[in-house]
Amino acid sequence: MIGEATFKIWRTHPGGDGTFQTFHTTVSEGMVVLDVVHRIQAEQAPDLAVRWNCKAGKCGSCSAEINGNPRLMCMTRLDDLNLWEPVTVEPMRAFPSVKDLVTDVSWNFRVKKEITKFTPRTPDAPDGTWRMAQRDADRVQEFRKCIECFLCQDVCHVLRDHGKHDEFIGPRFFVYTANLEMNPLDTADRVPDLKERYGIGYCNITKCCTKVCPEHIHITDNAIIPLKERVVTRYYDPVSRLLRVFR
Amino acid sequence: MDVIPVQIASRGFGSTTRRDYWWAAPLAVFVGLTLFIVYATWAAFQNAHYTYGPYLSPFYAPELWGDSPHAWFGPKPAWIPAGIPFSPALLILPFPGLFRVTCYYYRGAYYKSFWADPPGCAVGEPRSSYWGERSFPLVVQNVHRYFMWIAVIFLFLLSWDVWLALWFRDEATGATRFGIGLGTIVLAVNVVLLSCYTLGCHVMRHIVGGAHDEVSTRPVCDRAYACSSSLNYRHQLFAWLSLCSVAFADIYVRLCSMGIWTDLRIL
Ligand code: SF4
Ligand code: SF4
Ligand code: FES
Ligand code: FES
Repeated sequence: MIGEATFKIWRTHPGGDGTFQTFHTTVSEGMVVLDVVHRIQAEQAPDLAVRWNCKAGKCGSCSAEINGNPRLMCMTRLDDLNLWEPVTVEPMRAFPSVKDLVTDVSWNFRVKKEITKFTPRTPDAPDGTWRMAQRDADRVQEFRKCIECFLCQDVCHVLRDHGKHDEFIGPRFFVYTANLEMNPLDTADRVPDLKERYGIGYCNITKCCTKVCPEHIHITDNAIIPLKERVVTRYYDPVSRLLRVFR
Repeated sequence: MDVIPVQIASRGFGSTTRRDYWWAAPLAVFVGLTLFIVYATWAAFQNAHYTYGPYLSPFYAPELWGDSPHAWFGPKPAWIPAGIPFSPALLILPFPGLFRVTCYYYRGAYYKSFWADPPGCAVGEPRSSYWGERSFPLVVQNVHRYFMWIAVIFLFLLSWDVWLALWFRDEATGATRFGIGLGTIVLAVNVVLLSCYTLGCHVMRHIVGGAHDEVSTRPVCDRAYACSSSLNYRHQLFAWLSLCSVAFADIYVRLCSMGIWTDLRIL
C-alpha cells in the first residue's frame, strides 16, 4: 500500500501558543506515526521538534496525542488509523510545552525523588542475599514493566483538567509506590504519604490511565485500588483501628 | 531551555480532539444504570407479585415482614407507621444498593457517566473544582468494606432461597416435593453471578491476601487471594451480569406470579 495521507501536526509559535499545521505526505505499508513525522521533518519541516529514541515502544520518549488519544507515536500503526481523514498529532497536554511535539516532563522526575526509597530488610542469608517466593515477586514484577512514557499522567484528569500537580503524584507514581510498598523485602511505610502527600484520594478510579498504558499494566486494579485499601485500613476503618489497638 | 506553558486547546466541557465514539461507553453505562434504578425502585414499591410458589424475588429477599409465607416474622408489624410506604424490599434493598454504589467499578463508571468527571478519557470537564475521594462527601465511599460483609451475608440468604425453591407444594395433597423449575435455575444462576461479583470485590481481594506482601507464606490466604484475583480480573463483567440477573430474577417471579409467564417445571 502506497498512498497519500494528511497529517495535522501541532506547531508552537514563539510566545507559547500554537496551531495545527497541515501536511500532505505519502505513506506506505507498515509505517507508524513516528515514521510519518520523520518523513515530514525530512521533506517539509526540518525545524519540527519531536522526541524519540528507540522506535520500539521501550524508551517512552515519543508520547503524544494522536487523534486525541494519548499514545506512543512509534507504536501507532497507520493501519489502525482512518487515513481518509486528517490525522492529528499533538503533544501531551498535561505538561508544559517545549516546542512542537516536545513537552517538559521533568515534573515527573522531581516527584519520583520525593518517594520513600526501597528499604530492604536485613539479608536472609549470611552471604547478604534474600529469599522470596516467585509468586510474591510476580505481583510487583508487573509494575516494573513501566517505561515512563507518562501517557497515564497525561490522560489522568486530576493532572490534565485539574492541574493538581502539587498535591497528587499521578498514576505512574502509584505504580512506582506499589512496586516498593508491596515488595516482599521492603520495610518502609508509605501509607501515611499515600494519603497526605501523594494524594491518592484524588483518584476517582475512572481508569483512563489503565486504558492508555502501552505496557498494559493494570494500573487501577493492581496498583491504585490495593494502595487505596491499605489507606482505608489504616485511616478510615474503625474496626481495623480497634483491632490494631488490641494486637 | 525555555519552558513555555502549554496552551493547546480550550478545555471546556466535552472539548477533545478524539474522533472515536468516546461517548458511547459512558452513555451505555448511563442508560443501563438508569434503567436498573428505575425498574428496581418501581419493583420495590409494588409490594405485590414478589413470590411465586417456592420462589422469592431477590429484591425482596430476605423478607423480614410481609404477607407471603416467606416472611420471617409474619405480617407488617404495627410499629411501622401506616403513613409511610411499606414493602419488604424497602427494608433490605438499601444494603445491596449501597454495596454497588460504593463498589470501585461502579464508582469509576458513574463518576464518568453521571457526573462527567471526566466525561471520557482526554475529554474536557464541565467543572474546574475537584475534591475527588479525598474529602467529604466522597471520602464516605470508603465504607465499601462494611457493605461487602453485608453482601456476603446476603449470599448465604439468597442461597438458602435457592434451596427453598427446590421444594414445591402439591396443592391437592398439601405435601412438599423436591422439584426443579426454570425459576429455580434463574434464582441459582443469580446467586452464582452475585457470588462471582462479591467474592471478586477489591476489598475481598485485599482482605483475604492482598494486604500481605508475602502472601505465599500463608497457604490459605494464598489460595483465597488467587481465587479472588481471578474473579476480580472480570469484576466489571460480573458487576453487569449480576445486575442483569438480579433484575431478571425479579421479572421472572413477577411475571409468573401475574400469570403472564408460566413457570416451566423441569423435574
Ligand atoms: S484512575 Fe485515577 S489515576 Fe488513573 S486516570 Fe483515573 S483518576 Fe487518574
Ligand atoms: S504506567 Fe504505563 S502509561 Fe504510565 S508511565 Fe508507565 S508505561 Fe507509561
Ligand atoms: S521511540 Fe521509544 S517508545 Fe517510542
Ligand atoms: S469493588 Fe466492586 S464490589 Fe467491591
